Amino acid sequence: MELFGKIALAAVLAMMLLFLWPAFKQWQEQGPKAGPGDWQSVVLPLVLVVGLVVLLIALVR
Amino acid sequence: MVNPNYSLARGAERALATNKVLKNTYLLLSATLAFSALMAAVSVAAAVPSWMYLVSVIGAMLLGIFVLPRTANSSSGIGVIFGITGLLGFGLGAILTLYLSLPKGPEVIATAFGGTGLIFLGLSGYALTAKRDFSFLGGFLFAGMMVVVIAMLANIFLALPALSLAISAAIILLMSAFILYDTSRIVNGGETNYIMATYGLYLSIFNIFVSLLQILGIMGDE
Repeated sequence: MELFGKIALAAVLAMMLLFLWPAFKQWQEQGPKAGPGDWQSVVLPLVLVVGLVVLLIALVR
Repeated sequence: MVNPNYSLARGAERALATNKVLKNTYLLLSATLAFSALMAAVSVAAAVPSWMYLVSVIGAMLLGIFVLPRTANSSSGIGVIFGITGLLGFGLGAILTLYLSLPKGPEVIATAFGGTGLIFLGLSGYALTAKRDFSFLGGFLFAGMMVVVIAMLANIFLALPALSLAISAAIILLMSAFILYDTSRIVNGGETNYIMATYGLYLSIFNIFVSLLQILGIMGDE
C-alpha cells in the first residue's frame, strides 16, 4: 500500500476512534447490564457462527 | 385507575409501529444489497484498480458519520443510504476483481457469499424468534469495536498477516453480535428509524462478507 493510502486510512480510523469514544463511555456508564442467562443466549449463536466459518474453510481447502 | 383497553390499544399500536419499521428495514436492506451488487458488477466489468476499495470505504465512512445522521429523518436519507451502499459495492468490486483473477477465487467468493447469507439469516431469525433484549451487548460491542479499530490502525504499519487474520475473525464475531443487537433493537422499539436500522444491518453484512473473503482467501492458500 502506498504511504499516502496508509496515512489516509490511519487518519480515518483515528477519526472513527474519536467518534466511538463518547458512545463507548456512555455505554460503559449507563448501558443496560446483562441479566442471568443473557450471555448464554449470545454465546450459543456465536459458537455456531465459528463452527460455520471452520466448515467453510474446510470447504475451500 | 388504569384503563385496560387503553393499555391494549397502546400495546397494539407499538407492535404495529415495530412491524412497520421491521418491514421497511428489510425492504430497504434488500434494495441496497441489490444496488450494491449491481455497483460491484459494474466495478468488476470496468476492472477498477484495488486502491479504489480504500477510496470507496473512506468516502462511505465519511458519508455515514457526517451526512446520514443529519438526513436519516427525511426522504433524502434514502438517497444517502443508496450513495453509501453503492460506493461500498463499487469498492468491493475492486477486491472481487482481484479474487477473480486467482485460481480458486470464484469458489472463495461464492463460499463467502453463501456463508454471509447463512450467518445473517440464521442470526436474524434467532433474534426475531428469541424475543430477547440484546441491548446489554452495547457496551461490549463498542469496547470490541475500539479494540478492533486500534488493532487495524497498528496493522496498517505492522502489516502482520496473522494479526490481519485475527482482526477478520474478530470482525465476524463482532458483526454477528451486532446483527443480534440491531435486530433486537428494532423488535423492542429501540430503533424507530428504518434508514439507520438498514445502515447498521448493511454494515454488518458487508463487514462479514469482506472478512470471510479474507479468511477464506488466506486459509484456502490464495
